[in-house]
Amino acid sequence: MLFGIFSLMTAALFMDLDAVDVAFTEAAVGAGVTTVLMLSCLHLTGRWEHQPSHNPLLPLIVVTVTGAALIYGTLDAPSLGDPGAPVHQHVAPRYIQQGPAEVGMPNMVTAVLASYRGYDTFGETFVIFTAGIAVLMLLGIREGPESVPGHTTVGAQQIILRVVVKLLIPLILLYGLYVQFHGDFGAGGGFQAGVIFATAFVLYDLAFGEGDTQRVVPASWLPRLGALGVLVYGGVGLASLLAGKPFLDYSALANDPVAGQHLGVLIVELGVGITVFSIILAIFYALSGRRHGA
Amino acid sequence: MSLVLDLLSGLFLLLGGFLSITGGVGLIRLPDFFSRVHASGLNETLATPLLLIGLMLQMDWSLDLLKVLFIIALVLATSPTAAHAMAKAALHGGLRPRAADDTGRPEDDPSKA
Amino acid sequence: MIELTGLFNYWIVVFLMMAGFYVVIARDNLVKKLVGLALFQSSVFLLYISMGKVADGNAPIYEPGITAYSNPLPHVLILTAIVVGVATTAVGLALVVRIQEAYGTVEEGEIHRQDVADDDAERPAPTTEGDAEA
Repeated sequence: MLFGIFSLMTAALFMDLDAVDVAFTEAAVGAGVTTVLMLSCLHLTGRWEHQPSHNPLLPLIVVTVTGAALIYGTLDAPSLGDPGAPVHQHVAPRYIQQGPAEVGMPNMVTAVLASYRGYDTFGETFVIFTAGIAVLMLLGIREGPESVPGHTTVGAQQIILRVVVKLLIPLILLYGLYVQFHGDFGAGGGFQAGVIFATAFVLYDLAFGEGDTQRVVPASWLPRLGALGVLVYGGVGLASLLAGKPFLDYSALANDPVAGQHLGVLIVELGVGITVFSIILAIFYALSGRRHGA
Repeated sequence: MSLVLDLLSGLFLLLGGFLSITGGVGLIRLPDFFSRVHASGLNETLATPLLLIGLMLQMDWSLDLLKVLFIIALVLATSPTAAHAMAKAALHGGLRPRAADDTGRPEDDPSKA
Repeated sequence: MIELTGLFNYWIVVFLMMAGFYVVIARDNLVKKLVGLALFQSSVFLLYISMGKVADGNAPIYEPGITAYSNPLPHVLILTAIVVGVATTAVGLALVVRIQEAYGTVEEGEIHRQDVADDDAERPAPTTEGDAEA
């Protein structure tokens, strides 16, 4: 619970530091998804911790020494907001000045993420997919008695919750689509959109139970959708290879290089969004479907 | 005209701030879970739209104004629902509201003999 | 002294980092350790984002007429790092759930005791001194 609040405050801090895309992602992911996942895990493992068995003095000493060493190390670091800092010198001015013109979109973060640093993003999408596969291998998605459609535990009396959730979910989905496809002009992009989309279904699951949610998005689709997202991303790279340019060079996708870049970024973000959505939903199904002693 | 707008927006911002603070005080100081949910839910549901209206009065007519209006509608819809869901979950978990005479500890609860 | 006030973001980052580190090494409960790791992760994000900030800069979305932008490169790295972080935290939580089912507890001391007891039960007891090193 406190961790959710902490994430929300970190998101506010990011806004103050001009990092709108990051604040967006942190708010959606940290305050939303992580809180739900932790609560699901705590439900299964018990709410209270036992007394720690060893003396906290040694860790405290280690922590204090390490902290002092780190602060000593930062005494030479550039001040906050210094425009002459090394981080602003080499590639960043090029991204800022030529990014919008070369890639054709005002949002520099999306331009760098999907085009200039497209390889890294491909790897990260793959990491998300692998994490989802790992969770599925560890936990699996069960079809238990509560997965029978229509079976509800406490939902029967939750009229207010159900009505409000029913009103909100189309708005959330619409917003997710907006963030996905508007990510090149404003804050947004594939990662945030995937998380928002998954949040809509998580909300549905929390209000209506797993049976109904699994009727809407069956559990068997999710690993395949995850793989599909990664394949879309790799497919774009492969298409560039087949056109004679390096892997993931989007200017090969259309006659005009800038239009090609824009098209490539859109398709790649779509792949990322699909993967993030399906993996987060799969993880949620796996954690929340686990029953005690299963 | 702009002076009136400034005064009004200042008034709304002050009211919203005051309600937020009282909601926070209620969250910490009230004795029972249900009264705390009541306090924070009510206060914050009114405080956030008041603060946002105070901000809206400072903005020109633009798309941003419409977006803030949508945010107000969203907060008005979701905040009471969240408070309701919390109270409902607590009731389901077995917590009972504290009457005037008992101490609130489960072992002193007169309904559980 | 004047340069030191510009460094306070690093101090905040180090404080959060050490708080997370302390939770990981000082607490036995595995879920708490995961929360400490996530706290550590957040402090690293703050470090990168605060390094990318340019004084009087704007958000890195191009608008005509604005010339000072904050550096978009750290934002890109942290954006993906956040989502990857939640995926790895989820793997950690799944592991904790399985550990709970296998050992019946998520306290590190208990788990270690059960492992040692299992190892002792598997190893046959030495009968004479000559066999003790087997």
